[in-house]
Amino acid sequence: MQLFMKVDKRFGAFSLRTEFSAGGDRVGIFGVSGGGKSTLVSMLAGLVEPDSGEILLDDDCLFSSGKRINLRPEQRRIAIVFQQHCLFPHLNVKNNLLYGFKRCPSKQRKIDFTSLVDVLKLKYLLERGVTNLSGGEKQRVALGRAILANPRLLLMDEPLSALDDTLRFQIIPYLKSVSEQFAIPYLFISHSLLEMRLMTDTVLVFEKGALVEQTTSEQLARNRMGSSQIGYINLLKLGRGSDVGTMYDYPWGATRLLLLADSGRDGCMAELSSKDIILFKQHPEAISARNLLQCTVRSLFRSGRKTGVEMECGGNTLISEVVQDAVNELGIIPGSTVFAAVKASAFRILPG
Amino acid sequence: MTPLSTTDYDAIRLSVQVAIAATLLSLPFGFGVAYLITFVKFRGKMLLEVLVNLPLTLPPVVVGYFLLLLLGKHGWLGSLFNEAGIRLIFTLKAAVIASAVVGFPLLVRSLRIGMEGIDPQLINASRTLGAPWHDTLLTVILPLSFPGLVAGSSLMFARSLGEFGATIIVAGNIPGVTQTIPLAVYEYVSSPTSETMALSLCLVSVVVSMAVLFLHEMIARKTARRR
Repeated sequence: MQLFMKVDKRFGAFSLRTEFSAGGDRVGIFGVSGGGKSTLVSMLAGLVEPDSGEILLDDDCLFSSGKRINLRPEQRRIAIVFQQHCLFPHLNVKNNLLYGFKRCPSKQRKIDFTSLVDVLKLKYLLERGVTNLSGGEKQRVALGRAILANPRLLLMDEPLSALDDTLRFQIIPYLKSVSEQFAIPYLFISHSLLEMRLMTDTVLVFEKGALVEQTTSEQLARNRMGSSQIGYINLLKLGRGSDVGTMYDYPWGATRLLLLADSGRDGCMAELSSKDIILFKQHPEAISARNLLQCTVRSLFRSGRKTGVEMECGGNTLISEVVQDAVNELGIIPGSTVFAAVKASAFRILPG
Repeated sequence: MTPLSTTDYDAIRLSVQVAIAATLLSLPFGFGVAYLITFVKFRGKMLLEVLVNLPLTLPPVVVGYFLLLLLGKHGWLGSLFNEAGIRLIFTLKAAVIASAVVGFPLLVRSLRIGMEGIDPQLINASRTLGAPWHDTLLTVILPLSFPGLVAGSSLMFARSLGEFGATIIVAGNIPGVTQTIPLAVYEYVSSPTSETMALSLCLVSVVVSMAVLFLHEMIARKTARRR
């Protein structure tokens, strides 16, 4: 997918003016509320007309004020998964799913209804009314409905923000697998750094109606580490945990971690904030933290007043944050060895 | 209580006929106007809203008089119909038009409330899923406006049953031709010997109106349960 947007839009005191070109199948739009993300999405989908500018998708002109082109939403083949599911309350699950499918010309239909229902595990819900579904089920149906419209681009406008934490991490695999399996590029809109990292490769950062940064999701998380209250979130892929008395022992790459929580699954993802990692120059004699990992410093990076330390640890990557004074005092340089101490309670297993 | 006469039965039949015809005639226009006011941005929207609601605030006899000027033999519309050999004034058609005009604001108001309750994102979802605006109108807006449609139709039907002022001006009070229940009651009350006859017809009016309102409530509850 190749997207070019040069648009200008004014709503009272708010104005959005931007010009960018983005490529790739997993593009994110990041920013706080009121930054212009939703306006951008609406303009791209044809729901809001820009005052002036041009929108090109894969070299097809969707809007051009100069050439007086403005394709209607139904002509653009850009489907949206909304923040609130926006399912049609007068239709059951099956008819909601088929709404876009029936309106898609048969030669453009590449996605089979049955296979999508299988992937999203919706078979048992098909005859139900949509008002009788849980939040996660509703969002799965909304996703399926958008995919079945066989769009050339899928816009996900904060699709997870209305869900609680458990449901959020249950839906993410569906969002990823469905668009990957059916080869539909997407634009993922969110104000969550974590969601950006899980869902996107390239990120466009919007503030006050303007594009302020275009980067990778990983780089964005590192850049924001110093200003974020939760720091940089390390995402650790763990194996199956075993009960070792008061804690659980999980394999993590070539090393092992002790956690307080039990995932109850074969494999799981765990979060660990860069703020929860303490670095030692030498192996401490005794420490209450139950995880002491020998790491090799790979690189250092600045983020606000903090310095991020990227480390290699048993074949995995771990990022810790320290102040520059600590870097100097410990003599942390790329290639040096440090010991990372992490409390067993610092990890948070992601629901899945 | 005095039993109903043949003229009374005619009045009941005509009342129901007029109310049904006025409601059915107004529905497409009412839906169109409510759609315009709710979803379309255009200049003069406020003027349209004022004009639609005008019959609600004007005395019905004034509405009737304007209709008489419009539909009379030499009126702007009446002369056109006259050339086509269609006479409107003092016919059942005039009674239907009078009822439709007077009840129209109630229909539009209810439909508008129904439409305003539709989440605009549902309309956006429909458009981005490939539905042109007329498809969205039929498959999303119309079914979701159903409670407003039921409410508006029953209110309009009930209002038509009770329409008097405009009807008597444009349709007259001709028994068996244009005499509806209110006009028949008026005639009975005007005559000192027929008061009991008026009471019988009044009771019929109450029963019909209550039946309509009960039906309205039942459908509204059924619709609400389905959502």
